Amino acid sequence: MSVDGYLETFRREGRIVVVGASLAGLRAAEALRAEGFQGTLTMVGDEPHDPYDRPPLSKQVLLGKVPADHTLLARRRPIDAQWRLGAAATGLDLAARRVQLADGDAIDYDRLLITTGVRARPWPHELEADLDGVCVLRTRDDAVRLHHRLTAGPRRVLVIGAGFTGSEIASACRERGLPVTVAERGPAPLVGALGGVVGEVAAELQRAHGVDLRCGVQVTGLEGDSAGRVRKAHFSDGTAVEADVVVIALGATRNTEWLADSGLGAGPRGIACDAGCRAFDVRGIVTDDVFVAGDVARSPHPLFGYQFLSLEHWGNAVAQAETAAHNMVSGSADRRPHLWMPSFWSAQFGVNIKSVGVPPMGEQIMVTQGSLAEQRFTAAYGYQGRVIAAVTFDQAKWLDFYERQIEQAAPFPPEFTTVDRRTEGLQPVPAGFPDPSLPSHGPTITLSGHSPTDRRISFTPRRA
Amino acid sequence: MRLVVDLNRCQGYAQCAFLAPDVFTMHGDEALMYDPLADDAQRENVRKAADACPVKAITLDYEDLGAADGKAGASRVG
Ligand SMILES: Cc1cc2nc3c(=O)[nH]c(=O)nc-3n(C[C@H](O)[C@H](O)[C@H](O)COP(=O)(O)OP(=O)(O)OC[C@H]3O[C@@H](n4cnc5c(N)ncnc54)[C@H](O)[C@@H]3O)c2cc1C
Ligand code: SF4
Repeated sequence: MSVDGYLETFRREGRIVVVGASLAGLRAAEALRAEGFQGTLTMVGDEPHDPYDRPPLSKQVLLGKVPADHTLLARRRPIDAQWRLGAAATGLDLAARRVQLADGDAIDYDRLLITTGVRARPWPHELEADLDGVCVLRTRDDAVRLHHRLTAGPRRVLVIGAGFTGSEIASACRERGLPVTVAERGPAPLVGALGGVVGEVAAELQRAHGVDLRCGVQVTGLEGDSAGRVRKAHFSDGTAVEADVVVIALGATRNTEWLADSGLGAGPRGIACDAGCRAFDVRGIVTDDVFVAGDVARSPHPLFGYQFLSLEHWGNAVAQAETAAHNMVSGSADRRPHLWMPSFWSAQFGVNIKSVGVPPMGEQIMVTQGSLAEQRFTAAYGYQGRVIAAVTFDQAKWLDFYERQIEQAAPFPPEFTTVDRRTEGLQPVPAGFPDPSLPSHGPTITLSGHSPTDRRISFTPRRA
Repeated sequence: MRLVVDLNRCQGYAQCAFLAPDVFTMHGDEALMYDPLADDAQRENVRKAADACPVKAITLDYEDLGAADGKAGASRVG
């Protein structure tokens, strides 16, 4: 049989299974139908809800402006799928092309798309994690619970980890008038994602909004009362804080355990795939019937030295899903690479923070417009003499320009003149990224080298 | 009605917040917050906002575009 003949039959009556029914899974399903796939489409998701959007959970929803059940994702088109919601995939048989479900069912596929994303990294001490009042924020149900806690008027909230999610939670608490302490093991908030220079601005922002920010400390233990409710946290510097809500915001873990013995190249850093979103197996050989997209994927990017990047970015999930879907139903000559420019936004303490490119690759940073002190600025990151990333605080309109600079590998320090250049922006300075082998809050971009094989790494916070 | 804003694309120009203030609000100078499940009474305003957005960042559910082929309710099995 000719391969073309196979593709035509597959497009007409093939079976596609999508595991992970969230942003990437839904957008891929829509793209598959838009591309003309007429076969059977099955959506497997372990959450009981229709696909919903996560970014509002730490923003509008925590602020109480929008109920958590308002976050269902707008649909681009009907997808005519079989939905298996509330059903976790527990195994994958690559040879038989079969996904095993927790309820005992198995689903056969011709092509599989894996979009199982990430989950919040739990507090490593199980007994402490089980204390009443200890929360995480990743899912809609988490958001309902946390919102509930905040509404009950806790005396103090402790947020452990000052990455984007932790910082947004702290921001919501302050806006609701709640006392909040933020504990961060790194030298500043957002330092893993944006480096120390910008991290200092984020620290100022937190303090100016009344956050009790403690950097360079670790939480060494959580203490409960006789009823099992959390009441106190102890820090590595010997101090302690009383809090009745503790939010663990220590970054995310990839949902790949279900693939453990499958032979797929899946590990704690995600599932390695090629630029066309095809998954690698453990031998480093690319599969042709298993595709990956979204937060769970690690894929090589030509603009960034073909390093494997894991991006916990909303825009990446959408773009990679579209590319994966296209490639799943296309012959090899018609396939497209996933060349998305990493882009991210966050809203906290009334400031719109956006970035493009890969800031953690930056060796140096230069404030090209505005001023750090005014908390309104644009800064470019440089790597080996070229612009590799940019960040804006309340200056989003300039970002498109920097995106093109990155695409063109424009020289760093930038040679162009900009409006509103200040004296602080005349010289590049070290960007101040911490040692990446010491994750604290977890950056939202993880650089994971050039090998499709995942090195087994685990993160164990040091205990005092 | 469901909607979603691509906030990577959004540049905070606030046209949407003028046209449908019950759905879109500016938070600080530039950050946009919106209700992803707007009241049906807002349909006209939200459509106007989506049309007016200079970077086309606002996506409405296909059911609200009136261009749907087939009924979504029937397709959402399980
Ligand atoms: C609170 C919060 C705020 C955020 N804010 C921003 C922001 O401001 N800007 C930004 O760019 N990004 C933001 N993000 C990140 C963004 O939401 C993610 O990048 C996006 O959700 C990734 O989509 P995904 O479909 O790849 O993965 P996910 O959304 O993680 O979805 C994966 C799905 O697969 C399911 N699943 C996992 N394992 C299995 C299994 N074995 N079987 C079946 N189903 C399974 C999961 O339960 C989940 O439903 C935020 C995320 C959170 C949590
Ligand atoms: S009109 Fe468009 S660009 Fe302006 S704030 Fe609204 S969504 Fe953003």
